[in-house]
Amino acid sequence: MVNKLAMPKSWNADTKPHKFCPGCGHGIVLKILGEIIDEVGIQNRLVFGVDIGCSLLAWDFFNVDTVQTHHGRTTPVMVGIKRANPDLLCIAYMGDGGGYAIGSQHLVNSAFRNEKIMAIVVNNCNYGMTGGQMAPTTLPGQKTETSPYGRDPETMGSPTLGPEMVAAIAPAGAYVARGSIGNVRQLKRFLKKAVENQIAGNGFSFVEVMSSCPTNWRTNAKQTWDYVEKEMSKYFKTGELRTPDEKREA
Amino acid sequence: MTDKAIQGEKRVFMTGNEALAWAALAAGADIMYGYPITPQNEVMHYWTRMAPKYGKKFLQTEDELSAGFTTIGGILAGKRAFSATAGPGTTLFQEPISMAEMMRIPLVMAIMQRGGPSTATVIYSQQEVNMVTYGGNGEGWRVVYSTATHQELYDYMIKSFNTAWTYRFPTFVLADGYQAKMREPFVMYDPEERGIKMVETKPFVGLPGVPGVDRPAAHLRNTYSVEEELYEALMPIQQEYEAMIDQVVEWEEENVDDAEVIILSHGVVSRAAKAAKNRLREKGYKVGYFRPITLRPFPEKQLQRVAAKCSNFLLIESAIGQFARLVKEALFNVPVSRLETIYKPGVGFTAEELVEKIEGAC
Ligand SMILES: Cc1ncc(C[n+]2csc(CCOP(=O)(O)OP(=O)(O)O)c2C)c(N)n1
Ligand code: SF4
Ligand SMILES: [Mg+2]
Repeated sequence: MVNKLAMPKSWNADTKPHKFCPGCGHGIVLKILGEIIDEVGIQNRLVFGVDIGCSLLAWDFFNVDTVQTHHGRTTPVMVGIKRANPDLLCIAYMGDGGGYAIGSQHLVNSAFRNEKIMAIVVNNCNYGMTGGQMAPTTLPGQKTETSPYGRDPETMGSPTLGPEMVAAIAPAGAYVARGSIGNVRQLKRFLKKAVENQIAGNGFSFVEVMSSCPTNWRTNAKQTWDYVEKEMSKYFKTGELRTPDEKREA
Repeated sequence: MTDKAIQGEKRVFMTGNEALAWAALAAGADIMYGYPITPQNEVMHYWTRMAPKYGKKFLQTEDELSAGFTTIGGILAGKRAFSATAGPGTTLFQEPISMAEMMRIPLVMAIMQRGGPSTATVIYSQQEVNMVTYGGNGEGWRVVYSTATHQELYDYMIKSFNTAWTYRFPTFVLADGYQAKMREPFVMYDPEERGIKMVETKPFVGLPGVPGVDRPAAHLRNTYSVEEELYEALMPIQQEYEAMIDQVVEWEEENVDDAEVIILSHGVVSRAAKAAKNRLREKGYKVGYFRPITLRPFPEKQLQRVAAKCSNFLLIESAIGQFARLVKEALFNVPVSRLETIYKPGVGFTAEELVEKIEGAC
């Protein structure tokens, strides 16, 4: 039985329980997002874009107009909508592969152009949907299906620092933060500020969320949380990297 | 500010790219998304000069993937949005085009073919026929108008918006670098004044009301979980595509009834074919002319009807058999006495060479 009372109003009850694996971080992020949609009151003018990756499982998650796009292409679809109708609020929701690998040019250039949309990258250190391959965010030494002996930074690169990159290039008015499913209060604060930044029309809004993928990590509940809180946090620091009041040189 | 761009009829002398930008304006296009590539650039150049005067928008994206997906976004927001590209850009565009096919998004584009494969030349070819008709990982659910003159560039650019928004299949004006860059006279007009009603656009997202309360939420997807679910989703699209064919298909034919040889061509090459046919007719040779205007859907029945009278064909194209493949498919199962081909990848045709060729053979 699903307890409908516990659900955010903006959730689509018909599609619950949701389709993510038990222990998956996506569910936590979308719960928070649902609460924010309710609290800020934007259900009627939000367009939610989901990528290919496990984010696609959210294509009917909310009672919100939702467009499921292609791998890495959610950002430009949301940019296209926003440019055509600036009254709408657009959120591009994607994985670390979608955001930092195949769609990185869209993320970088949308940030450069200070597109008035919001992007969320759910960082689970791997390609979840395709069965656990190495992602741009895979930790040094982390074993994945395509780095079976562990990621060697010498030949395979180091984890992509998405918010740091976006913070370095976005013009004034941008909001950039990294949160974690390990600290939902902070995460909610960040996501809400990002939503509000779009409403204010200040600039690009970007939040990375450190998340979990117990299925591909092959971790139990305790190991999963330990991985997020002890291993991922060695490389990825939570906090706000840019706030819209910060001045930037043109 | 938002006055009509074109009032009355106006005879003009301009390049094809300029004609396309004006046509988009006349059609009431709202926004263009694009990425520079020769020989398409001037579509953007003219659009960006005119757009602000008429309350229109433009976004230069980071690449053609983005141009395609942002155009899709604009359409989802209910705008008459379009793009234009060529060559390697057409290659990158296959991804957004395939999403548009699957999700029935009325994408409109002008493709100005240049030499291929790879970077090749920035000048001319007819080598993007495969890609524009059947590219992507799909079934070729597209409408492709292969134009020959600037008048057609103008006419079919306007028509593309209506075809796309009526049938909701991605629709293309397929032209080339010669058409893009050369100047010739044609007549610009306001479509409404000619009785052409622009099909209204509708937003896919952001309709009034709270989704799930006042109206159902739009849940748009292109991913399916199992084979049968996909099959159920695809077959109605195929049926709708087939049901549209008779209304959409277009072709041009001249002197086919008593012809002893018929020249098959499309696009700008058909100008040489038609001129050659006319000159040869004057000399008493029984030459006919058949030209598909829509390469997708292909005028299959029409070509078969012609083949029943005369099936001694000379097919010419500025590619190595891309057009021929469409013709052969259309003629499969009907007797054909001869299909001679001249393939000149990336190179144009003159009427003179065709006259010489046919005269020599007769
Ligand atoms: C063009 C293209 N290449 C590859 C794929 C296959 N693919 C689907 S999801 C995915 C990776 C998803 O990883 P991520 O973006 O990190 O999302 P996650 O599933 O981890 O949430 C890939 C490579 C695809 N759908 N499209
Ligand atoms: S594979 Fe990983 S990211 Fe995808 S739903 Fe399962 S746990 Fe979540
Ligand atoms: Mg991932």
